Amino acid sequence: MNLPVYLDNNATTPMDPEVLETMLPYFMQKFGNAASKNHSFGWIAEEAVDHARKQIAALINAQETELVFTSGATEAVNLAIKGVYEMYKGKGNHIITCVTEHKAVLDTCKHLEQSGGNITYLPVDEDGLIIPEELEKAITPQTILIAIMYANNETGVIQPIKEIAKIAKKNDLLFFCDATQAVGKVPVDVLSDGIHLMACSAHKLYGPKGVGILYVRRKNPRVKITAQIDGGGHERGMRSGTLNVPGIVGLGKAAELCSQKSDSETLRITFLRDKLERALLQIEATFVNGSRTSRLPGVLNISFQHVNGQALMMALKNIAVSSGSACTSASLEPSYVLKSLGLSDDLAHSAIRLGIGRFNTEEEIDYTIEQMTKAVNHLRAISPLWQMYKDENELNKV
Amino acid sequence: MRVYLDNAATTQLDSEVLKEMVAVMENFYGNPSSIHGHGREARSLIEKARKTIANLIHASPSEIFFTSGGTEADNMAIRSGITTYGIKHAVTSKIEHHAVLHTLESMEKSGQIRLSYVRIDNKGHIDLAHLEELISEERSFVSLMHANNELGTLTDIEAVGELCEKYQALFHCDTVQTMGHYPHDVQKLKVHFLVCAAHKLHGPKGVGFIYISHQVKIEPLINGGSQERNMRGGTENIYGIAGLAKALETAYTEMDVHQTHIQGIKSYMVQQLASIPGITYNGEEDSNKSLYTILNVSFPEMEMADMLLFNLDISGISASGGSACSSGTNIGSHVLEAIAANPNRPAVRFSFSKFTTKEEIDYTIEKLKGVIFY
Repeated sequence: MNLPVYLDNNATTPMDPEVLETMLPYFMQKFGNAASKNHSFGWIAEEAVDHARKQIAALINAQETELVFTSGATEAVNLAIKGVYEMYKGKGNHIITCVTEHKAVLDTCKHLEQSGGNITYLPVDEDGLIIPEELEKAITPQTILIAIMYANNETGVIQPIKEIAKIAKKNDLLFFCDATQAVGKVPVDVLSDGIHLMACSAHKLYGPKGVGILYVRRKNPRVKITAQIDGGGHERGMRSGTLNVPGIVGLGKAAELCSQKSDSETLRITFLRDKLERALLQIEATFVNGSRTSRLPGVLNISFQHVNGQALMMALKNIAVSSGSACTSASLEPSYVLKSLGLSDDLAHSAIRLGIGRFNTEEEIDYTIEQMTKAVNHLRAISPLWQMYKDENELNKV
Repeated sequence: MRVYLDNAATTQLDSEVLKEMVAVMENFYGNPSSIHGHGREARSLIEKARKTIANLIHASPSEIFFTSGGTEADNMAIRSGITTYGIKHAVTSKIEHHAVLHTLESMEKSGQIRLSYVRIDNKGHIDLAHLEELISEERSFVSLMHANNELGTLTDIEAVGELCEKYQALFHCDTVQTMGHYPHDVQKLKVHFLVCAAHKLHGPKGVGFIYISHQVKIEPLINGGSQERNMRGGTENIYGIAGLAKALETAYTEMDVHQTHIQGIKSYMVQQLASIPGITYNGEEDSNKSLYTILNVSFPEMEMADMLLFNLDISGISASGGSACSSGTNIGSHVLEAIAANPNRPAVRFSFSKFTTKEEIDYTIEKLKGVIFY
């Protein structure tokens, strides 16, 4: 077993060796600009991009012409939300999103608020799920867009996507879904899920960093967006800039591998996660955060009461885990996602996110169980807060 | 024989750059924002790359921000620069890259700015007196490229910078074609924004950077996450960034050698083309007075002019009619139109790199003769 063990697959995943191998020829031999129409270097690059489009379209049941390549999910989220806002502002300025969204969505919405946008942030229940009735109630004649993520990046909680889509359809609204954590992990089908715009990123599904897509539906309804990056008119005018051909080829291959592996991989990863969860829940005063039923296979967000998450991370020198989203991990604030599930500051501060991926082994999970149990017990043994908690429990028994 | 003479569209990755990138791909898979060891290693790689780049152009590391490429960087400078400072007037030229022109046009269309075009001569040189006139009335945003991507014509950006300083204009310079080919020193240039796309200098596609002078503070173009000190959301493309730094470092180390070599290639091609009657040039053919990597050749009127590039490709020569970014369209080059080039004379842009050889030029000349005098 190689140390350290990487259990932070929701922050980013290691690239699959097959993906890297597929990308390699596109750096030096097939290096053409996919927009060069006058020679074969360009055509070869374009062909590779088209092939990747097919592979990705197949994974999410989209048409190839509905995919816009971007530099990643954050850019795709920006393009979707700002692009819809600018295109449909004649109809209204109201967007409905949710408090547990990724910063890419929340910061973009905050940005729109400054320029006249009206945003509703739906609350979630203690499982981390939005309440569909609340969504319906929030709709006004000014509403143009619902922006709700597929699965949460900290808890893995999967939102009721089909129900949200039904509400969007009934009210003639667009539904944008940040599916960065879900694509490749659970079956995502833009048609049967009823999604109109969807963002995802290659590096979360064993592909390279620096590339992602925005799905923009072309039929029922035909969605239009305003470009956020202008230039040579690449990607049917929706996103200009020379295409990152090796990155796109890598994303295509990663998508294809996910299509091939999905069922067996889901079973294996769910088994490992459940084993880890069962074992860690043996530790006293330990709680799983977020729904345990509507959840991604590889994610476990867990709080050990009176154990500081950051301290636990530091104690686990040989295991890479996270105390929340990577994008906010330098912050000392407790996770806003966990706070909105109703966790106290204490419990939110004691949360650890474990993200299991394709390359984790059962041996690594066993090692993690052993190390984490040891570390939690050790940290509690030297914690006055834990002592007080124990004393209180004793008193209550008397 | 396959001859690649479209290096202004994109360049072949350098093998040393690839080596660096593959090492990063295989060994550093952490998210640079993660605080565990995997993440910290990735973070330090990015900061090292930032420092390398900053040193090369004499900037401070905190003035360098990584982007997905030149187009995003141009959009960031223009959109965020204009919006943040509430500027109502922008000045550009008709021969800018579409990343600049379309962005400014879209802002003009939405009523955010008035847009003025500085006069240019028939080689693409801007009229500095006219520029001064245009920016003297109100605080303006000036976007002028260092070297034109179709003609190779160079702009005196030091002079433009002086003028911009005099009238407190913000100066954005699209340096996509010149970064790594000439030394840029932001201590001397009076410029607020410079941009770079790695794939134009034997680096990877999908990554670039923007230099933003400490004198200005702008809003981000892409929100979300606190990456790039809150200036650009999104998980960093670490191998791309490592590749970019390596490519630029290599370009600077070998700059004199490459410049001499490529200037020689360009002069040689001009010399050899003299044997074909009726050839003229769009822009400047003297490799000392223009970007030495680009030669835009104007061929005599001929039947089947449309087939010229196609026939060259059949013969194994990859060149371009203009910018790759619009080469799919049948619309003629906006650059050639702006310098009032004769639309009946087919134009071919040959663009060279450090890998181009004299033999390749000989081969090209021979094939060109065949195509023209078939």
